[in-house]
Amino acid sequence: MDKNLQTIVQKLEKEYGATVSEARGEVSVTVPAEKVVAACELVQGHGFELMSTMTAVDYWPQENPRFHVVYQFTSVSQNLRLEMRVPVAGTNPSLPTISHIYRNANWRERELWDMFGIRFEGHPDPRRLLLPADWEGHPLRKDYPLGYEEPQFTFNYEEIDLRKPYAKE
Amino acid sequence: MPDIQEVSVGELKHLVSERAIQGETVLLNMGPQHPSTHGVLRLLLELDGEIVVSCIPDIGFLHTGIEKNMEAKTYQKAEVMTDRLDYLNTVGNTLAYSLAVEKLVDLDVPPRAQAIRVILVELQRIASHLIWLGTAALDVAAMSTFLYCFRERESILDVLELCSGQRMMTTYIRPGGLWRDAPVEFEQAVRDFIKIFPKRVDQYEALLTRNPLFLDRTLGIGKITTADALNFGMTGPGLRATGLAWDLRKTQPYSGYEQYEFQVPTRAEGDVYARYLVRVQEMREALKIVEQALNKLPLGPVRSKDHKFVPPPRSEIGVSMEALIHHFKLWTEGFSAPKGSVYSAVESPRGELGVYLESDGSPKPYRVHWRTPSFDNLQAMPLMSKGVLVADLVAIIGSVDIVLGDVDR
Repeated sequence: MDKNLQTIVQKLEKEYGATVSEARGEVSVTVPAEKVVAACELVQGHGFELMSTMTAVDYWPQENPRFHVVYQFTSVSQNLRLEMRVPVAGTNPSLPTISHIYRNANWRERELWDMFGIRFEGHPDPRRLLLPADWEGHPLRKDYPLGYEEPQFTFNYEEIDLRKPYAKE
Repeated sequence: MPDIQEVSVGELKHLVSERAIQGETVLLNMGPQHPSTHGVLRLLLELDGEIVVSCIPDIGFLHTGIEKNMEAKTYQKAEVMTDRLDYLNTVGNTLAYSLAVEKLVDLDVPPRAQAIRVILVELQRIASHLIWLGTAALDVAAMSTFLYCFRERESILDVLELCSGQRMMTTYIRPGGLWRDAPVEFEQAVRDFIKIFPKRVDQYEALLTRNPLFLDRTLGIGKITTADALNFGMTGPGLRATGLAWDLRKTQPYSGYEQYEFQVPTRAEGDVYARYLVRVQEMREALKIVEQALNKLPLGPVRSKDHKFVPPPRSEIGVSMEALIHHFKLWTEGFSAPKGSVYSAVESPRGELGVYLESDGSPKPYRVHWRTPSFDNLQAMPLMSKGVLVADLVAIIGSVDIVLGDVDR
């Protein structure tokens, strides 16, 4: 592990009770949900200017924690990467927002609400991002079925067309 | 017939200024069907006369659920979906995905395959920048550049077709190497392109770089600072146009980029014109990489010998029982990856293209997440376009170089 990375990882361990793992050359810290904002501020203060991405993984049917929210930080000045994982419980999943620290978290958090149903407390614009506003469910959850569309051929075109759920004239 | 809900100002109260609610400024819809939004981007503009007070992008019109679909397919079959993300950088998408899978299962790629990968990805970078140059110039009313750019792009797509049989949706780069070796005509086709292309870039520059009309529309428009760009997650040419030489090909080399000599072009201004200059220079640098890679293109296999992950060649199946078993296993069950997650990123024409891949030990990826560069670059656009004219907003959208397939996934 890089020296600069080691200092920040040790700080996260000591101050926020993070657990550290290293696999395939990637360093990952797991931080409890209530310490997210402080940990992100610490990470940004240590030269990680860029939050590359933010995503979530659903471990359904496991309930506690059901989700892991994964942050990928990049330090442009020191050429380092750091992964931060935050476990989130399955009932009313929510996390504090970090969109005031890394402003591109704004859309990423909206995407996570849209796709996983994870609420971000204090988010300035908590709407769905990709799906229509009246969509039901959160598609990237593992208990959301994949869905399919019936293929239409000449012999059954009209029959299927009648029950297809789209707006007609 | 279901009711179509109308968006009211009440819902967007927290996004527009107080003056919009009072009715002093106008809310105007731009897109999703607008020629200068490069696809299906909808912008809600708050206008004070001709001046943009705020700009609220609305995305998702091209959402295709690729991440969910990939979870339902084996590692090999899921790759076909990657081409459909950023449809101007198809080879780059498959490279990003292949590198992530290779990192996950620890596969080695033969040097010849790596060199061909680099050649194709750099050619694709040129093709993508050509589309950008053509359309962005068209947005500021330079019609002829568009036609010239598409002419050269077609000869790059011919090279891709020569290798993979497809102009755009190639799926040529596979985990562990390539689909098959490049044909004998490949080298000559690339050499022909290397010969003509520098003169063609000079031609584009002659049309635009010192053109007073183009300068009027681009100089000093849509400025952003390095700190703001980083805070908004902006990467790629947009970030380099603010003066920061951050290019993953240099800083975190992959596929043997460390062997090639090339510059990372930067500009300090951070405006539309700087982004134009950076991209044009990048085309020249990409061509240098292609030439170097072609000059020392090694001979040898193009696929890993590890047949637990890479299908054996067709010729072996008839004579080797083991090859037959591998072939059968790979195309029915697929290969299993060890538990764990990886994040691997490449420099696409638009910035950092990252793949987050998590495996639960089964033959299907448990979670695939795409960190697409256009998504974050587009978020920085409202900041760049505060207080500009509507006409300049069009130039700014063009300069950010968004691909909506990349934004919406």
